[in-house]
Amino acid sequence: MALLEIAGMSLGFGGIEVLRDLDFTVEEGSITSLIGPNGAGKTSVFNCLTGFYRPRSGRITLAGGRIDRLAPHRVTRLGLARTFQNLRLFRELTAAENVMAGRHCRTGAGALDAVLGTRRHRREEAAIAQAAQHWLDFVGIPDAAERVAGSLPYGHQRRVEWARALATEPRLLLLDEPAAGLNTSEKEELIALMRRIRDELGITILLIEHDMGLVMQVSEHIGVLDHGRKIAEGTPDRVQNDPLVIEAYLGRDEDDASEAA
Amino acid sequence: MPLQEILLQQLANGLILGSFYALVALGYSMVYGVIKLLNFAHGDLYMVGAFAGFGCLSLFSGWLGAGWAGIVPSILLSMVAVGMLGVVIDRVAYRPLREAPKLSVLITALAVSMLLENTVLAFTGGQFTAFSTDLGFTGIDLGLVHVTYTQMVLVGTSIVLMVVLELFVSRTRYGRAMRAIAIDQDACRLMGIDVNRTIALTFFIGSALAAASGVLAGVYYGSINFFMGFLIGLKAFTAAVIGGIGNIPGAMLGGLLLGLLEAFGTQIPGIGGQWKDVFVFAFLILFLVFRPTGILGKPEVERM
Repeated sequence: MALLEIAGMSLGFGGIEVLRDLDFTVEEGSITSLIGPNGAGKTSVFNCLTGFYRPRSGRITLAGGRIDRLAPHRVTRLGLARTFQNLRLFRELTAAENVMAGRHCRTGAGALDAVLGTRRHRREEAAIAQAAQHWLDFVGIPDAAERVAGSLPYGHQRRVEWARALATEPRLLLLDEPAAGLNTSEKEELIALMRRIRDELGITILLIEHDMGLVMQVSEHIGVLDHGRKIAEGTPDRVQNDPLVIEAYLGRDEDDASEAA
Repeated sequence: MPLQEILLQQLANGLILGSFYALVALGYSMVYGVIKLLNFAHGDLYMVGAFAGFGCLSLFSGWLGAGWAGIVPSILLSMVAVGMLGVVIDRVAYRPLREAPKLSVLITALAVSMLLENTVLAFTGGQFTAFSTDLGFTGIDLGLVHVTYTQMVLVGTSIVLMVVLELFVSRTRYGRAMRAIAIDQDACRLMGIDVNRTIALTFFIGSALAAASGVLAGVYYGSINFFMGFLIGLKAFTAAVIGGIGNIPGAMLGGLLLGLLEAFGTQIPGIGGQWKDVFVFAFLILFLVFRPTGILGKPEVERM
């Protein structure tokens, strides 16, 4: 069953067309990738999904409900979370506080409860703290809780961002270039973590990634963007051998180009 | 009067004045901390709070009297009313400019300040309004100094409000959301935090604290007028800067320190009462030159 459906989505800024008539589907329980050369519009797709950009046309549905007209915080409440290409942690807060902020949308004690320190509020705060530790354990940095996020090593900061995203209880997790800047063994750990998230938590994953080795290894389904349009889609094998994809990535020979012209 | 008595008396005066400053400075600092806006209308919310409290007390005094039984509900009502006014101001004047250059918002804040002052001026005709209460001068003698119960309640109320606020910001999901918004609004939206609502809450709390301070000042000084918020707004800003703007304990510390400075400043030979404001603002300049991040502010690291 499709968890996320993008249908006929176009996005532009002024006269610049960023995405053109894009159709794309993410199956529930899958690990799906979106690839394409730099500037193909991959991150713009994420920004449309999370409600930061409003597409010019088309529709986006998450589990059957439309999300393309919703404010970002509402989209998050419906079960969509993302991580960033460049880390966007709350650097001055501790790792635990970062993850606790991710619980904000799943907790409900009122401001008055909070001021008065009612039992309801204290119970909830305790539960939030416990959840934060749980997610830090899950991503493999149990000892980072009290450290200020900005002071952690880069790889750990990435994990805090994952823990924070997981804390929002997403159904679909968007990962923007999760392997950027990681070495080979860290990439192995990343793949293992993605699989655990899908298998143990049942969370569907959509990722943007430049590391083709990783993409081909982990994805069940791949979409390829070039100049804002989808040029191919399918299993890793199929995409790898698609002439349009090879052309988009490698360019084509002068000879071929003149023949086509 | 013997020197010791003068000093003790000024210590008491300084603490009271300082707690008024601190309450107003807190709101200044909170709003700045969260959306980096110097809300110049903040001092005027203190003034509106004093008038709202006065209005409530006039209504209640026939029935509850003008003692604490009438004053406490007046403070609470004034806090709620002015808190909501703060939210309305944010919604109408600041929120449409969230993405605009900081200078536009700053000028808007000045306009809001003028609007509030002149509205109250139009209603009151610019007269000083007597804020009469039934609070006597009974109290206790601490050594050489007579401290009235009123003074103790004023300082006590301020301290309680400050402690509650600090706990709210450091220990609750709302406080965490505020601190997170101060760092990265877009990341907050992706965490499901309703950024506009949290900012509105910040305005509510800041404005309510200013109102509390305004009513307490009315009770203490016995008279209020439409211009009373102007100078205290500037001084609260000074207090917030001295303490480290955006920092809650810093605002408290800055407020108390400023109150004490002003009180003791009047006693320095050759300076005297008329010079107290000169003294205060000279201090601000010194701070801006030598420690622009304030006492508790963290120095910003400029990345090259």
